[in-house]
Amino acid sequence: MYDFAFHKPSTIAEAVGLLADPDARPISGGQTILPALKHRLDRPSALVDLSGIAELRGIRRDGEKLMIGAMSRHAEISRDPAVKEAIPALAHMAGNLGDTQVRNRGTMGGSLANNDPAADYPAAALGLGVTFVTNRRRIEADEYFQGMFTTALEPGELLTAIEFPIPEKAGYAKMRNPASRYVMTGVFVAKGPKGVRVAVNGAGPGVFRQAEMEAALAANWSPDAVAGIRQSPDGLNGDIHGSAEYRAHLVGVMAKRAILDAG
Amino acid sequence: MPSVNLTVNGQRHSVEVEGRTLLVELLREKLRLTGTHVGCDTSQCGACVVHVDGESVKSCTMLAVQAEGSSVTTIEGLAAADGTLHPMQEAFREYHALQCGFCTPGMVMSAIDLVKKHPEGMDEHEIREGLEGNLCRCTGYHNIVKAIAAAQEVMHGRRAALAPAEA
Repeated sequence: MYDFAFHKPSTIAEAVGLLADPDARPISGGQTILPALKHRLDRPSALVDLSGIAELRGIRRDGEKLMIGAMSRHAEISRDPAVKEAIPALAHMAGNLGDTQVRNRGTMGGSLANNDPAADYPAAALGLGVTFVTNRRRIEADEYFQGMFTTALEPGELLTAIEFPIPEKAGYAKMRNPASRYVMTGVFVAKGPKGVRVAVNGAGPGVFRQAEMEAALAANWSPDAVAGIRQSPDGLNGDIHGSAEYRAHLVGVMAKRAILDAG
Repeated sequence: MPSVNLTVNGQRHSVEVEGRTLLVELLREKLRLTGTHVGCDTSQCGACVVHVDGESVKSCTMLAVQAEGSSVTTIEGLAAADGTLHPMQEAFREYHALQCGFCTPGMVMSAIDLVKKHPEGMDEHEIREGLEGNLCRCTGYHNIVKAIAAAQEVMHGRRAALAPAEA
C-alpha cells in the first residue's frame, strides 16, 4: 500500500471539501478499499474517514419508512430492533454477509457506494425500491445502479442515508462462493408499496430486475409461479467459479427459495 | 507523520505512524506485541483478530489511525496480572485446541467475542458457524469447537470451573 494523507472530518461539508481533490477517496468501514489499496489497485493522495460524521449514523423508523444512516455497520443493522421488525429479510442479509469481523467494520453506505456486483445490499436496495439520500439530492434505486462498480453518485456526492419503504413481504436467498463468501447468485423478492419486485445480484455485471418473475409473482405469490421461468444466460457472468448458464439456472432456484423465505 | 493515541491492554500509547500503517503493524512492529499474527493479510484467515472497543476486528484490515481514541485488547491482554489464564485460554489448553498454534490467538479473540454475543449459549453448529472468519490450516476445528463450548459455560457463570476434557 502506498502512503496517503489521512483526514477525519466531523461534518459532511468538511468531508466534501477534502474530497474536492480528485485523488482523495472516502473510507467508511474500509473492508473493500483497504484490500484494494494493498493490491495497489488505486493510489489515493488522501483517505477521508467518514466515521466521525454524526449525521451519517443512526437507524430509525419514520412512519412507513425505515431510515438507515450510510455509516451504519452490518453488525449494527443485523441486531437493530427496528430493522428486525420492519424488514427482517434485511436484518438477516446484514447478519450473513462477509464474516463476523467484516460485519463489525463494514458499512451499508460503503457497500452501496461501491456497488460490487457480488455484494448483497444492492439486491435489497433494488428489490425494495429504496431512495438513496445524498448530500445533494434523492436518487431512486432504479436510477442509482448503473452497472459494475458504477452508481449515479457524482464526484463530491456522498450517500448520507438509505430510505427503505416497508414491504408487506420480503425474502432473500443466495448461493455463496464457499471460499470468498461473495454472492455467486442471489435473488431478493418483495411485495409492498413499490409493487412486486425481484432483484438479482451476483449473476450479472450489476444488480438487475427480473421483469418476467415480477409479473408472475404479481399474479400469484408462490414459488410455483416462477418455476417455469428460464433466465437467459446472455450477458451474465461466467468465470472459474461458474458459467453464465449455471448462474442463470441459479436465478430460478434462488428465486423460489427467496419466495419461501418471504413467506 | 500522524500520531495515534490509543489504549492497548489497559496501557495508553501515543505512537507515530504513517497513514498506511495497519493496526496489526502498529501492534507487532511498534508495540512489539507479536502474539497477534498475520496469516493471509487479505482479511480471510482471522489470525490477526483483536478487539477494538470490545468488538472483534481483523487488524490487517484496519488502519492504525482508525483506532484513534480506541481501546484495543490483544491476546497478551487476556490473562490476569498474576498469570491466571482467561477461561477461553484455559479451555484451549485443557481441550488441546491447537496444533501448530498459528491461528490460535485469532481463534481465542474471535471465540471470546462470539461467546459474549450469545449469552443464551451456543450449540456445536452455532459455534462452527460463528467461527466463519477464522481459518485453521491444520484443520484442528474439532477441539477448538469443544473448547469454546466448555469455555462459554464458565464465561456465562453456569459453571465455576472448566469441565475437564475426556481423556
